[in-house]
Amino acid sequence: MKTGRQYWRSLEQLAGTPRFQEWLRREFPQGAPELAGQGSRRRMLRLMAASLGLAGLTACRRPVENILPSSRGSEAIVPGVPNWYATSMTVGGLSFGLLVESHDGRPTKIEGNPRHPSSLGATTAHAQAAVLSLYDPDRSTRVLRQGRAASWDGFEAFAAQHFAAARVGDGARIRFLSETACSPSLEAVRRHALTRFPGARWIEYEPLNQDQALAGSEIAYGAPHVVRFHFDKADMVVSLDHDFLGLDALSLGWIRQFSRRRTADSPREPMNRLYAVESRFSMTGAAADHRLRLRPSEVRRFGEDLARALGALEGPAPSPNRFLDALARDLKASRGRSLVLAGPRQPAEVHALAHLLNQALGNTGVTVTCSRAPRDDARLQIRSLQSLAAELAAGQVETLVVLGGNPAFTAPADMGFQGLMRKARYNVRLGLEEDETSAGAEWHLPEAHFLESWGDGRALDGTASIQQPLIEPLYGGRTVAEVVAVISGYKDRRAYDIVRNHWLAGWPVRDAEKNWRRALHDGVVSGSSFPEARPAADASRVAAALQSNPASPVAEGLEIAFTPGWATWDGRYANNGWLQEAPDPMTRLTWDNAALVSPATASRLGLATGDLVRLSRGRHEVAAPVLVQPGHADDCVSVPLGYGRAMCGRVGRNVGFNAFLLRTTDALWSAAGLELRRTGRTARLALTQNHHNMEGRPLILAATLEEYRKDPKFVAHSKPHLEPFSLHKEPSYDRGNQWGMAIDLSACVGCNACVLACQAENNIPIVGKQQVLRGRQMHWIRVDRYYQGSPEDPGAAVQPVTCQQCENAPCENVCPVAATTHSPEGLNDMAYNRCVGTRYCSNNCPYKVRRFNFLDFHKGLSEAGKMVFNPDVTVRMRGVMEKCTYCVQRIEEKKIKARREGRRAIGDGEIQTACQQACPAGAIVFGDINDPASRVAGLRNHNRGYGLLEELNTKPRTTYLARLRNPNPELA
Amino acid sequence: MAPIFTESADRLLRVVIAALLLLAAGAAGLASWIFHPRQTEVGYTPVQPVPYSHKLHAGDLGMDCRYCHTSVETAAMAAVPSTETCMNCHQRVRSESLALAPVRESYATGKPIPWVRVHRLPDFVFFNHSAHLAAGVSCVSCHGRADQMIEVKAVEPLNMAWCLDCHRNPAARIRPREYVTRLGWRPDRDPLELGRGLVAANNIAPPVNCSGCHR
Repeated sequence: MKTGRQYWRSLEQLAGTPRFQEWLRREFPQGAPELAGQGSRRRMLRLMAASLGLAGLTACRRPVENILPSSRGSEAIVPGVPNWYATSMTVGGLSFGLLVESHDGRPTKIEGNPRHPSSLGATTAHAQAAVLSLYDPDRSTRVLRQGRAASWDGFEAFAAQHFAAARVGDGARIRFLSETACSPSLEAVRRHALTRFPGARWIEYEPLNQDQALAGSEIAYGAPHVVRFHFDKADMVVSLDHDFLGLDALSLGWIRQFSRRRTADSPREPMNRLYAVESRFSMTGAAADHRLRLRPSEVRRFGEDLARALGALEGPAPSPNRFLDALARDLKASRGRSLVLAGPRQPAEVHALAHLLNQALGNTGVTVTCSRAPRDDARLQIRSLQSLAAELAAGQVETLVVLGGNPAFTAPADMGFQGLMRKARYNVRLGLEEDETSAGAEWHLPEAHFLESWGDGRALDGTASIQQPLIEPLYGGRTVAEVVAVISGYKDRRAYDIVRNHWLAGWPVRDAEKNWRRALHDGVVSGSSFPEARPAADASRVAAALQSNPASPVAEGLEIAFTPGWATWDGRYANNGWLQEAPDPMTRLTWDNAALVSPATASRLGLATGDLVRLSRGRHEVAAPVLVQPGHADDCVSVPLGYGRAMCGRVGRNVGFNAFLLRTTDALWSAAGLELRRTGRTARLALTQNHHNMEGRPLILAATLEEYRKDPKFVAHSKPHLEPFSLHKEPSYDRGNQWGMAIDLSACVGCNACVLACQAENNIPIVGKQQVLRGRQMHWIRVDRYYQGSPEDPGAAVQPVTCQQCENAPCENVCPVAATTHSPEGLNDMAYNRCVGTRYCSNNCPYKVRRFNFLDFHKGLSEAGKMVFNPDVTVRMRGVMEKCTYCVQRIEEKKIKARREGRRAIGDGEIQTACQQACPAGAIVFGDINDPASRVAGLRNHNRGYGLLEELNTKPRTTYLARLRNPNPELA
Repeated sequence: MAPIFTESADRLLRVVIAALLLLAAGAAGLASWIFHPRQTEVGYTPVQPVPYSHKLHAGDLGMDCRYCHTSVETAAMAAVPSTETCMNCHQRVRSESLALAPVRESYATGKPIPWVRVHRLPDFVFFNHSAHLAAGVSCVSCHGRADQMIEVKAVEPLNMAWCLDCHRNPAARIRPREYVTRLGWRPDRDPLELGRGLVAANNIAPPVNCSGCHR
């Protein structure tokens, strides 16, 4: 039986270092309560005294406030009542369906669209943070020509003259460069442009792409295919370096389906088993039942061995290996119910092997299906970019049009793309920011954010969604399609016409308008998914590909592996403070990236977390801080991309180091031959892994499926036998609605979507790196990550912790001004207007979930920055304590709605908290525990259910469901 | 050893301290009286950009409050009407009136009329009109006899203690829902008795905990 005592959060905790003890002891770490360089405390007091005196004089007369009703009324807009619109967001050539809340014309909160196959009502952390990017005052706001202010009219005049047929002829010297596009209407504009300029070429480049997967399917099937996984039918999942529960998830349906198979409601229910083979400790590795640490280059050999062991590939049987043999036996036993996945950072051969394995195991058509790739000419993006670079270098390109993306930052370092851009006589650049690419462009045009422009896109399975704007472009931005329409003289010029007319043309006239309205309302175009294909993998072709491109022998020395940046992705979210401040799910690092190394490699090289090292490959080098990551593969360094942006807004400028500087055309994902030199200097990393520590009490309860079957009441049996008693009579909460929450630790994958959803819903401020270093981050919900086992090869578990809404709340007794009290519905209310900031409550909270506004974190926000606030929640000021309220604004709204409709009863599931709604895994359930039929009441009384630190008699309203794992008994 | 201070000096010191304490308490009391919303809020009658008379429209002409304040039953805000609502009638009625010039101008230009807010709550208070109307609280309980006001005037302090008076004892101000916008309505029996009956029948339990109003 695993109880919390065997879990640890950091190497410091495991070793019991003095620094960790200090963190544990001090509730509020040292540091004068002021921002550096912003005037002293004394000066502040002086100013306060002066303004108080002035305020006294003016307070007799209240300020006049106006009410400005619109001149013309609208049925759809009721002041103060939000409207919801369906739209979609495209990342990396895949669209995710969203529903966006608009308060009086301002988009404030993003939710997933339940009708969309890739979101199923949930969202990623990045989608949650998109509203903040919309209002980012550092976004590109103006048209620039050679760095000087210009206008759209000026650009249109330039384009009319420059792209005239008489001048450019068939456009042989024009090149377009865009991100991976999945928009059907843009495709129409693109086709028009390429008809208009038959000599021109259009190149798509995305630094984090699916090239290898497409190429792998081409090897296996003879044509590129897009793969769909059906985790709901898979009992056995093998991930070959595929972080499908984390950054590599192409559909949130994957997480939903996978998690549903891990939450056994009774001991009799079957549960899936996950084997993860990976180098970096990923979220998928954390969820895995068995994890094998391998360097990226070793994964292919593992895949080949597995294929040979299963007879899918001819060749000598691999030498006996405990892990491999057990896995092979497991896979053989679950034919047609297993699933092998290859990650996007693995070469095409590994993908081809995965297809072959799935076919040999009878999975094809059951747990894994395919559809033809939307375009047959999809070739390796890096090859097209290389040929573009060659043409640029040879001076064969006169006009380069860069549409979105930031290639000057993300292109391989050996290309020197920023310099090459200047070789084109004219270059036009459409972008969301004035960034590295704009610097080399003649024309910089501001791009419209997806929340302010019309567009469309396709999901992984081909389902099309219309991208509906929520607001007029704040800074006059335009879309890619609009700019290409201007350049090529497309029949429609406005994005709305381009998108609408494209779709209307495809429908019979009679239904066109109706279909359009339905597509806008539903957020999906019905019947638009790609037809399923049933190709057969050709073993001989795979074998031939493996032979023609043999795996390189495992090299001595260090290997480098590039991963997406958790907060920044490929750098596009670098200026988003919400994402920068949300800790990386595994490393718990904020406001930085770091070179991850295993403890063994660190001790071999004499490194410690925070040491600044110089990483170099050939002539490419960069300085990076080291982070010792338990469970990382040895002799391998993982570097997250997308940080270290030099030309970026104020939030993301020079945050972290730029790993793209090491990424070359021949080493896009991993490579041997990394050199690491110590510099002797150190950097401070804002790690939150020891923040809000709960003193090593039994917090996570876990068992294996076998143990659960033997003893279904293992939770009750593992808890200390204490008879809780109270010194006073406890109030009873047996009438009316009694709110409660249940979090299933078996389902949670620790993706952080809840953290960002809460931040967006509850107006939670960003505090910055300096304040995070002092332990002052403000997230109301945090996802604790624990390790278990040896530092070399630990397991991991995650646990979202938010206010437990204790019935016997320790915080309430100690508040001298009764600012935190209990509501009759069992909520631990927090009245900000009454709080005087003694912080006694936080000191007395055993869960460490209260957050104090040490500073006026909202100070200095621009007018645009204020537009992101949820008007239903108070914006807190300095000196006030705050914490999770179970989204009381959502509760009250639904209660009032019920009363208006003349009912008291609130249906189960009618109220959803922000964290619950965003959760892709469906791990969070909220409801009325007084209603025996509600889901949450059932989960509360579940045999896996337990309360955190229940033995303190706090009677928490949030309960957890013990984590279940399903390890292979052979490997146990 | 002789005392440092004489007995009279000691006495004087005590008197001075007592006087200072009294003075401070008096000043605090006076300040809290002066700055109480009863003094600062009640009676506030700002000049509006258009001399709109609630007495004429709601009183003499008998228009229902909800003709203009359309969302009062369905939303948190009662909503000040758009200019279009005024023009529904005033395109024909008194279409030349000088006093209505700003209304016509707003209608023509699309610019809003800058009405001056009379009833204001702090940002940390989340008042909901629809919840109160659904329970049977009449407009008159907070806004007074608006149908008799030529210029709208604040009649209640709208401070927390005043809110809680009713939240703790709602019976006195609950009436059948169909009469909530009839400001001059009087029940044919004891209002308190009627209110008690409605509170019991409709299960009315106004929140008195913090998150009922503060979120």
